[in-house]
Amino acid sequence: MSNWETVIGLEVHVQLATASKIFSASSTAFGAEPNTQASEIDLAMPGTLPVLNRRAVEYAVMFGLAIDAEIGMTSVFERKNYFYPDLPKGYQTTQLDKPIVGPGNVEIELADGSRKSVRIHHAHLEEDAGKSLHEDFHGMSGIDLNRAGTPLIEIVSEPDMSSAEEAVAFARKLHSIVTSIGICDGKMAQGSMRFDVNISVRPRGSETLGTRTETKNLNSFKFMQDAIALEVERQIDLLEDGGTITQETRLYNGDTKVARSMRSKEEANDYRYFPCPDLLPVVLSEETVAQLRSEMPELPDARIARLAEQFQLGDYDAAQIGSDRATSGYFEAVAANADAKLAANWINGELSAQLNSADLSIDESPIGASQLAALLQRISDNTLSSKMAREVLAALWEGEQDVDAIIDQRGLRQVSDSGALGAIVAQVLANNSAMVADYLGTPEEKRKKKLGGFMGQIMKASKGQANPQQVNQILLEQLQALES
Amino acid sequence: MHNLTLTQSIAGLRNGQFSSRELSEALLARIAEHNPSLNAFITVTAERALASADHADQQRVAGNAGPLCGVPIAHKDIFCTRDVRTSAGSKMLDNFVPPYSATAVERLEQAGAISLGKANMDEFAMGSSNETSYYGAVQNPWARDSVAGGSSGGSAAAVAARLVAGATATDTGGSIRQPAALCGITGLKPTYGRISRWGMIAYASSLDQAGPMARSAEDCALLLREMAGHDQLDSTSAEIAVPDYCGELNQRKDLSDLKIGVPSQYFGAGLDDGVATAVREALAVYESLGATLVEIELPNSALAIPAYYVIAPAEASANLSRFDGVRYGYRCADPKDLEDLYRRSRSEGFGDEVKRRIMIGSYALSAGYYDAYYRKAQQVRQLIKQDYDAAFNQCDLIAGPTTPNTAWAIGEKSSDPVSMYLEDIYTIATNLAGLPGLSLPCGFAQGKPVGLQLTGRHFDESTLLQAAHHYQLNSDWHQRGPEEFCQ
Repeated sequence: MSNWETVIGLEVHVQLATASKIFSASSTAFGAEPNTQASEIDLAMPGTLPVLNRRAVEYAVMFGLAIDAEIGMTSVFERKNYFYPDLPKGYQTTQLDKPIVGPGNVEIELADGSRKSVRIHHAHLEEDAGKSLHEDFHGMSGIDLNRAGTPLIEIVSEPDMSSAEEAVAFARKLHSIVTSIGICDGKMAQGSMRFDVNISVRPRGSETLGTRTETKNLNSFKFMQDAIALEVERQIDLLEDGGTITQETRLYNGDTKVARSMRSKEEANDYRYFPCPDLLPVVLSEETVAQLRSEMPELPDARIARLAEQFQLGDYDAAQIGSDRATSGYFEAVAANADAKLAANWINGELSAQLNSADLSIDESPIGASQLAALLQRISDNTLSSKMAREVLAALWEGEQDVDAIIDQRGLRQVSDSGALGAIVAQVLANNSAMVADYLGTPEEKRKKKLGGFMGQIMKASKGQANPQQVNQILLEQLQALES
Repeated sequence: MHNLTLTQSIAGLRNGQFSSRELSEALLARIAEHNPSLNAFITVTAERALASADHADQQRVAGNAGPLCGVPIAHKDIFCTRDVRTSAGSKMLDNFVPPYSATAVERLEQAGAISLGKANMDEFAMGSSNETSYYGAVQNPWARDSVAGGSSGGSAAAVAARLVAGATATDTGGSIRQPAALCGITGLKPTYGRISRWGMIAYASSLDQAGPMARSAEDCALLLREMAGHDQLDSTSAEIAVPDYCGELNQRKDLSDLKIGVPSQYFGAGLDDGVATAVREALAVYESLGATLVEIELPNSALAIPAYYVIAPAEASANLSRFDGVRYGYRCADPKDLEDLYRRSRSEGFGDEVKRRIMIGSYALSAGYYDAYYRKAQQVRQLIKQDYDAAFNQCDLIAGPTTPNTAWAIGEKSSDPVSMYLEDIYTIATNLAGLPGLSLPCGFAQGKPVGLQLTGRHFDESTLLQAAHHYQLNSDWHQRGPEEFCQ
């Protein structure tokens, strides 16, 4: 066990899935041509004024309700002043002293099954900045303001995490919550969630916090895991060599796996915050909050518990499926027409593997829930063996539509006729008398291992179409008959 | 024709005495003649104005005449005007042509008003003499060597010189009322939130308020009626119904039910004797019209200027950050890197007073000073509001001088910012409290106009206008003009 203890806090930027920006009517859709979604407000043209997007406020409140937080019934926007080319007004409109979401809690579950509560300090509403484009401009930089003004909530945790594993579990839990309640599309690759990680280390048992660094703008769980590991190691090495940690902001490059210092505390801006006079304080009524509470979609923990109960799923399956809203929806659609346990196995297994390797989300699955259900029915009714079913799944993945047509065209029906199977088994036993003698000479408790040899022969004789479970049963019966 | 008031112009147009084109051509000719010396306009849009005038004349024939159909006015160059350069009096925006119009401009246009051009102003409305304008000082039509006041000096001078009968303006600490006083016209700063700020280039957002300038309260009512009202594009614009200011002007038979508060603090040291005399005479007129004068106290009024010069620059320091040479406006030649682009674009694009206020504001907001300056100033602002709340328990209106002095010589105070700031001593508190204020001509001192300031309750512009109108029915100060421009 290391002599050092790691302390981690997160600041998480979550892009809210509103159709328009937080202070203008421009679209927030991702991937448009640069500056085609930037109005005079987003460009901070002289005389323009912000008007707050009500939906963004509601989404922020929903997040607060989801983490059981105090809701800021009166919250105030402030101006955070700094110059940067992709910050058109020269200030970011954000919240500071009076955020819309106060202290709350997020429960995380660790790999060993234990649970831990991470405290949320607060979450506030703010606008995103644009993007600076440094390529293709011949030594100059381009500015794309499509993202400028996209609504964000920044979620600030307390320094309650003590390992990369916990930090990632927390990040995943937030992802699960914000996508479950529908306030964020959760598309990490598009920057819909970005993580800033504050890390410090201290001698085990020490009460005082060490000097922290902040690694900014991590946009994948993998990068986050790696960046934390790297930074913890760097800090410990430095301290063990008698050095000191500099409070600084660092950038981690996920591709090269190298982090570098961006700026130290001394170089930090004085942001000169003050309340934004263009926006009135946001005053929420009890009715609005009650209404949002009554309309809250199911939260991941509740959903996991419900799926476990309703479909008799094990903890692992329930958690795997229940933590993601899209996966749960898909699962429930499949389970409506097929065996739930089988559905869970196939979604968490084969389908998930295929989706991962194709880098697709379950929403984008080429295999629809009804197709998977049809496939699983053919497993349940013994038409298909697992191996055959995988072949059908592959055909569906490639775009074929009808499960039964695929089975028919490829002759994938397994033989389940017990008479026919009995004849094949009898023939195999007759052809392999030495194996039979060996089996019968083996003590009862060790015989199970020997069955595989017979099974291989039988499946071969049936050209792979024998129903393995049935074969197994008939084989045992016939061997037993030979013994007596 | 140039001596017609707005009300008279409307009547003349309606009666067919003259067309909008005839009126516009006459005024444009006067602008061409006088503006080179007066410098009231930064941009004259003659061609557009005549096209609009022709359109207005057609609308009238077609029976679609709006309330201000064909009436020529001017807009302070702080209001964005679609396809017309909007400079805010700054080199920074010398090349800026907005693709949108301010809501106030839009509403006046919808009412049929036509714009002859953009009026000169102190740079970004920061000034009390119009001398900080990149386009040079405006001459006071009453005394050409004197300032027209500021920041709406161009609008005030244009109205006083009979180049237009009415103009838009803005007031952050007195920028409508002070030049109105110095140029002998009537100017109204409505309640904060009465007129949309959309498209009005921001100086200090919590204080900025648009309003009309004209030669009478009656004319101001006409313009205000069109400019006022909630706007979805400005969250701080009030959702309060707009009364018919014109219809309500004559609601009172006399002023016998009106209590006018006179703050002792407004007649202390620093007030010019001639100004004091004129104002006291005006108060006597009010008494003769039936109003009751009551002495009131505004104990914290001395704190208004220091509070203002923290809050306004603080807001300005952020509001003016967008002028960075990146997207529009002035950009320095050949920047060698980002830092250089910012530093030189802003150093070269802004004038001294603007830079001074950005620095004051940045300082007041910086870590370690925020509590001592910005927070303290906000507390003072609360006290000033409370002073007014208490005062309005005793009276319906507050009256006093608009300015401590009449117009001073151009250049006289430009090297002494503090003495310049003190010229706004009676007007600034009104902005801090968000109240409506009006200045109307009430006499002369040293041959230059003196303004009487009336301050009213929140959203009670109607009482202000009525009180001013009654005075103007019983006096002729507002009808006097500089001889040179009245012939």
